Amino acid sequence: MTGPKTLYQKIWDTHVVERRDDGTAILYIDRHLVHEVTSPQAFEGLRAAGRKVRRPDLTLAVPDHNLPTTARRDENGARIPIADPESAAQLAALESNAPEFGIRYIGDADAEQGIVHVVGPEQGFSLPGTTIVCGDSHTACHGGLGALAFGIGTSEVEHVLATQTLQLKQSKSMEIRVDGELSAGVTPKDLILHIIGVIGAAGGNGHVIEYRGQVFKEMSIDGRLTISNMSIEAGARAGLIAPDEKTIAYLKGRPMAPRGADWDAAEDYWRTLQSDEGAVFDKSVHIDAGDVAPTVTWGTSPEDVVPVTGKVPDPESFADPAKQEAARQSLAYMGLEPGTAMQDIEVENIFIGSCTNSRIEDLRAAAAILKGRRKAGNVKWGIVVPGSGLVKRQAEAEGLDVIFTDAGLEWREPGCSACLGMNPDKVPAGERCASTSNRNFVGRQGPGARTHLLSPAMAAAAAVTGRLSDVRKILSQKELT
Amino acid sequence: MKPVSHISGKAIPFGAKNIDTDIIIPARWLKTISREGLGKGAFESIRSQDGNIFDDPRFSGAPILIAGDNFGCGSSREHAAWAMADFGIQAVIAPSYSDIFSGNAFKNGLLAIELPQEAIDRLMQVAEDAADEEEPVSIDLESQTVTTVFQDRFAFEIDPFRKKCLLGGLDEIAITLESEGPIADYEAKQAADKPWLVPSSAMS
Repeated sequence: MTGPKTLYQKIWDTHVVERRDDGTAILYIDRHLVHEVTSPQAFEGLRAAGRKVRRPDLTLAVPDHNLPTTARRDENGARIPIADPESAAQLAALESNAPEFGIRYIGDADAEQGIVHVVGPEQGFSLPGTTIVCGDSHTACHGGLGALAFGIGTSEVEHVLATQTLQLKQSKSMEIRVDGELSAGVTPKDLILHIIGVIGAAGGNGHVIEYRGQVFKEMSIDGRLTISNMSIEAGARAGLIAPDEKTIAYLKGRPMAPRGADWDAAEDYWRTLQSDEGAVFDKSVHIDAGDVAPTVTWGTSPEDVVPVTGKVPDPESFADPAKQEAARQSLAYMGLEPGTAMQDIEVENIFIGSCTNSRIEDLRAAAAILKGRRKAGNVKWGIVVPGSGLVKRQAEAEGLDVIFTDAGLEWREPGCSACLGMNPDKVPAGERCASTSNRNFVGRQGPGARTHLLSPAMAAAAAVTGRLSDVRKILSQKELT
Repeated sequence: MKPVSHISGKAIPFGAKNIDTDIIIPARWLKTISREGLGKGAFESIRSQDGNIFDDPRFSGAPILIAGDNFGCGSSREHAAWAMADFGIQAVIAPSYSDIFSGNAFKNGLLAIELPQEAIDRLMQVAEDAADEEEPVSIDLESQTVTTVFQDRFAFEIDPFRKKCLLGGLDEIAITLESEGPIADYEAKQAADKPWLVPSSAMS
């Protein structure tokens, strides 16, 4: 293909090993992140077929989903046993599979351990222009660095381990252009929730989204990772934000990033990675940043969003009968009545964490609200779970941990935690959680748990008032800008 | 993978939209290191409700599930496909799927057939009206058609590569490894052009 190319097309083209007549391509994979939940059956498959891992040097294993966020070592440095035998067995499987197949492994008590999607960028393992996969749908996250990153199933994990490739068909391309400026108090999380509300949970199916416009150029890398992370909640397997000087500055000196002459060559290459002038997208969506308010979810799909100043919608207000029925079921599950002001909804639980919002800037944003304040009396449980041991260390160096604990929240060890409750961190049935995670699905944070998705600052605001609250009321105008 | 060519039987008229993989198999079931036995947890939150459609005796043993738009959205867990297969479902018919789920389904010989909403509405009705028949709905992969006892006939599209793999029960890894030459050539070229693609070894 000649003529102007999209960024997606450029990355795709440079990774095609072989094209088949039926339109399928063998695509080379530059980076493979492996965690304990979706890999045991893949390693078992390799063993059964007598296959090896083709490129262990391009593979990195990190446990994250099952790990408790309480202490993992006692005062003598001995491992504290994990109570759930199934979680323990799954973690043990990764710990033994990694060395058996020669894969680099970051252990449960290493400072670098964390959520794979936090660790990859932080270590400089994830790089612009590379293809990155992981048996986890939020792999889309790494697109914030300009990598083509997407989640795969366990059979594909096995396929990548064995061949370092995937058999794929090219997706369509979608441009989401956001013009203008975000208002004070509006964060990348609010923007991506708003975008999902506009295009719908299936709006990106079959597409790779490129986020374009001044808003993303001005956004920090942490913010870009939050945006790209939730591409999957709009149905898109991957999101992309073109790398720029910020991306390059972010990666420089990271442990696994290129060095010396290699770095110079990489940097030159990364500067070529943006969609060409005149490149045509299969679909384009335009959003005015000024329309985006602090945003929360009311239902059980990430598309069920409303400005925090709004009300729980009436199911009858939706045009599509199937959506009306889905909304009725959502409201029944959520225990909400149409017309209720979002800011009248009380929450008993606060979760600040997940691969969407557990990086240092997220914790700073939450701490800015919580500094000198305490959680409301009706908030029973609130945890702050840093995305990695290094984020934790940085937060502690800045004193953020003390702000959180003084506010009555618990400061935990890194992991996926209450985003999906595979470890003991769960929201009790029938209770609400103001959560910085990415999915408000039925039962996601525990059976019967009711999730309201929002930004770290808004989660902190909810902790302070005990209700979903407009963060702009809590911060002074000076603090907001 | 076992070859798949023809599936006939009862169909569960489920029809719901945006069914995510947390609904298909909740996270607590993901702690297994095996592919087996996940049928017990399939659609657990729905099956905990009295009178739910999955335990309706009229559709007992149904190999086909009729579903709504964006089926299998959310988490990439292949456990969703394993759980459905273990529950006895061999094919889903829906207007659309999440990309990851349709890939996972295919890799496990679970047909994920796309038909427009009108066809879904009709199949939902047939599944109910012909529930006392042995085989109200039939899927034929070779001819790419879904037919009913009332002689409805819907043609569906399927990726030719996937069709070939499903009909032949082919192992995709073995197929890819036939391209060992091109893969090795690609790696040699990358090593020469972009040596920085290999991660530095040290960690902080």
